[in-house]
Amino acid sequence: MPRKPKSPATDRRKFLTGFVAAGAAAGVATVAPGARAADPPPPAPPSALPPSGKTAEAETGTPKELPRVQGVPGSDFMVDVIKSLGIKYLPANCASSYRALHESLINYGGNKMPEFLSCMHEESAVGMAHGYFKASGKPLLTLCHGTVGLQHASMGLYNAWCDRVPLIIIGGNDLDAAHRPPGVPTFHSAQDINALVRDFTKWDDTPVSLDHFAQSFVRAYKISMTPPYGPVAISLDAGLQQEPMKKHEQGVVPRYVPTSPPQGDTGAVKEAARLLAAAQNPVIVVDRAARTANGMTLLVQLAELLQAKVIDQGSRMNFPRTHYLSAQPGAVSNADVIIGMELSDFWATVNSFTDNGEHGGIGENSTRIKKETKLISISSVELNTKANYQDFQRFQVIDVPMAADAEATLPALIEAVKSAIQNDRKDAIAKRGEAQKKAYAEDLVRTRQAAAIAWDASPISTARLCMELYGQIKDLDWSLVASEGNVSNWPNRLWPMEKYHQWLGRSGGYGVGYGAPASVGAALANRDLGRFSVSIQSDGDLMYAPGVLWTAARHKIPLLSVMHNNRSWHQEAMHVQRVANFRNRVTNTGNDYGPIGTSIQNPDIEYHKLAESMGWWARGPIKDPAKLGPAIKEAIAVVKSGQPALLNVWTQPR
Amino acid sequence: MKNHASLFARPAMRLSLLRMAAIAALSIGFIASVPDAHAASAENGKAAFIKNGCWQCHGFAGQGGVTGPTLAPSPKALSFISVFIRNSHGVMPPYQKAILSDADLADIYAYLQSIPQGKDYKNIPLLNQ
Ligand code: HEC
Repeated sequence: MPRKPKSPATDRRKFLTGFVAAGAAAGVATVAPGARAADPPPPAPPSALPPSGKTAEAETGTPKELPRVQGVPGSDFMVDVIKSLGIKYLPANCASSYRALHESLINYGGNKMPEFLSCMHEESAVGMAHGYFKASGKPLLTLCHGTVGLQHASMGLYNAWCDRVPLIIIGGNDLDAAHRPPGVPTFHSAQDINALVRDFTKWDDTPVSLDHFAQSFVRAYKISMTPPYGPVAISLDAGLQQEPMKKHEQGVVPRYVPTSPPQGDTGAVKEAARLLAAAQNPVIVVDRAARTANGMTLLVQLAELLQAKVIDQGSRMNFPRTHYLSAQPGAVSNADVIIGMELSDFWATVNSFTDNGEHGGIGENSTRIKKETKLISISSVELNTKANYQDFQRFQVIDVPMAADAEATLPALIEAVKSAIQNDRKDAIAKRGEAQKKAYAEDLVRTRQAAAIAWDASPISTARLCMELYGQIKDLDWSLVASEGNVSNWPNRLWPMEKYHQWLGRSGGYGVGYGAPASVGAALANRDLGRFSVSIQSDGDLMYAPGVLWTAARHKIPLLSVMHNNRSWHQEAMHVQRVANFRNRVTNTGNDYGPIGTSIQNPDIEYHKLAESMGWWARGPIKDPAKLGPAIKEAIAVVKSGQPALLNVWTQPR
Repeated sequence: MKNHASLFARPAMRLSLLRMAAIAALSIGFIASVPDAHAASAENGKAAFIKNGCWQCHGFAGQGGVTGPTLAPSPKALSFISVFIRNSHGVMPPYQKAILSDADLADIYAYLQSIPQGKDYKNIPLLNQ
């Protein structure tokens, strides 16, 4: 955007001479103050040469007194705006394109509300905000370079988008091509940084004045926090941050008033209630239906009212696992009415796809339900569908579709069901519940029998891993902050999960690398809430950006990370094996166990040493199942003292 | 980034697959090719179980999980297993003779048979909490 005429006191070029010296120190091509921006930069000297006078001065000398900016720095006002929203933390990797805001946050803002948390990677910062929200219900802010930083952050944002998690990301960007510093800052500038993430953010903006920033930021927060939740992005001009507030700027911080979530249409709610009340075998399927703990309470009410089975697909903790109405995915096959609430994939709930190479390689589709089964859907995501990324999944015809928030609609639905249940149906409904109590108990026995198989195996079975862990945390107020890498779903099958914070769901977009940062972010929220955080951490997930381990140690975030180290990107191993079989070819494993390119072996990574080097207490590799329990006990004592602890456990693949 | 396609074995497909396998077993030529279990070696079988990727979906001890059913202890009959894995059109990709010989399959079977009975879950305190 064009710069406004400048007074001598706010001449940005002069202000930026400080940057030029710093650029020289970093060994990049720089332009001396006053040089025309179009001058070609001098070639960079080889690094082994002695430093130039300017470099030496920048590194060791006292810089010359510079003309100071007069007036209220724009970024101080931005801090006032940010503070108005009560954001507690700001996980971020530092970047010069937001340096003025950074400076205001820590010096003017006192590094409180938000507190800056040093991150090693933008994807880690976004992942932390993702996990933090799911444990606390509060969104965080993160900052990054608008170009290279946002590129790093983008997979994390996609996960947050798919998982319907709110967070605000600000990318620093220097828009004024005629006046921004040449060299690195110009590489780090773009016309429209938000274009990179527009397909998977709910909203974005590029404020051009401070008053505009105030409106943008509060609007961004509000949009992000209106169901369906989602990430939002702001491109923040470096000039706007750095220059003082202009005389005509009002400096008003708009008040944030939360928007009430969308509720299902009254007629549709009534029709849904009529179908459910009259059904012989209604089934409730939920994925992100409970946005809060209250959502769980409401779902229990609805399920008990109908004595209907509930299939919790687990993107949130929707329904207590200990409740006898809790059922397996196969329960849809006998249903005559199915209500799906905030499902990410309704098609796959009622259909199955078999990746068997049939039909010229595309596999086989078949229905899982009876032809006459009626389908009801409540989903707020229908209000927020975009075209490019395919997170909306396959198209499914629904008989009663509601574009509405499930949790907000549940009270009305419960009342409507109460009035729709005829007296002569009450006995049949009660009987349904009795049958389900029996089925639930039998299922639990089968699950325990399955868990006992290979109990003493080495590498350690995933069932043993999970139950050794549960045995030691069961008397604490525990929260399973992430379970990345597949452990055959044992925690959901065997841990008596009953509280909303005991299970936080998965990444959303299945972008691997979520588990490590999300568990640190959630553990941060849990630390403040007095809960004990435990994560089942897979090896592949950790290695995308292991620097988040340092962030946890640096900011004293207690977390017990028990590794599911199967030494593989195992999902991919199975994919390659499958295709090889379809083609009747022997899989080339090289010297590894899995197909070439899917194993994390030769050498084995010593995760315990990696964690130790970043300030964690750690032990491993643990291969003997008998040694696991005692190691977990020791680690728990460490975590209780406020430190993070990691156990590198060698496990079975799944 | 990563393709994490559906992880769960699907019961509906399993039924149709077994039906199909039963039909295949009726073929005379097929029965004639059922491998001979007597010469088999459990040790070689363990190596073949790993080399051929069975461990990926069934676990190193054939214990099973969300990606494949339990194979051991107490494996089903070799004749069933042979029909099944040569002809699977379901969630499990088939292993035809070109990639897994009858001899290797017999060894795998010997390995599955050698896996000892584990404890009953009732005798494992951690499974009765
Ligand atoms: C990519 C995953 C995968 C691989 C690799 C794999 N299996 Fe399977 N296997 C499965 C699945 C899934 C099923 C269940 C299929 C169904 O029900 O249709 C299965 C079923 C079976 C069954 C039938 C079990 C029963 O009780 O009905 C046998 C036997 C079997 N597998 C043996 C093997 C052997 C031996 C190998 C290696 C040579 C192997 N599998 C490799 C996934 C796999």
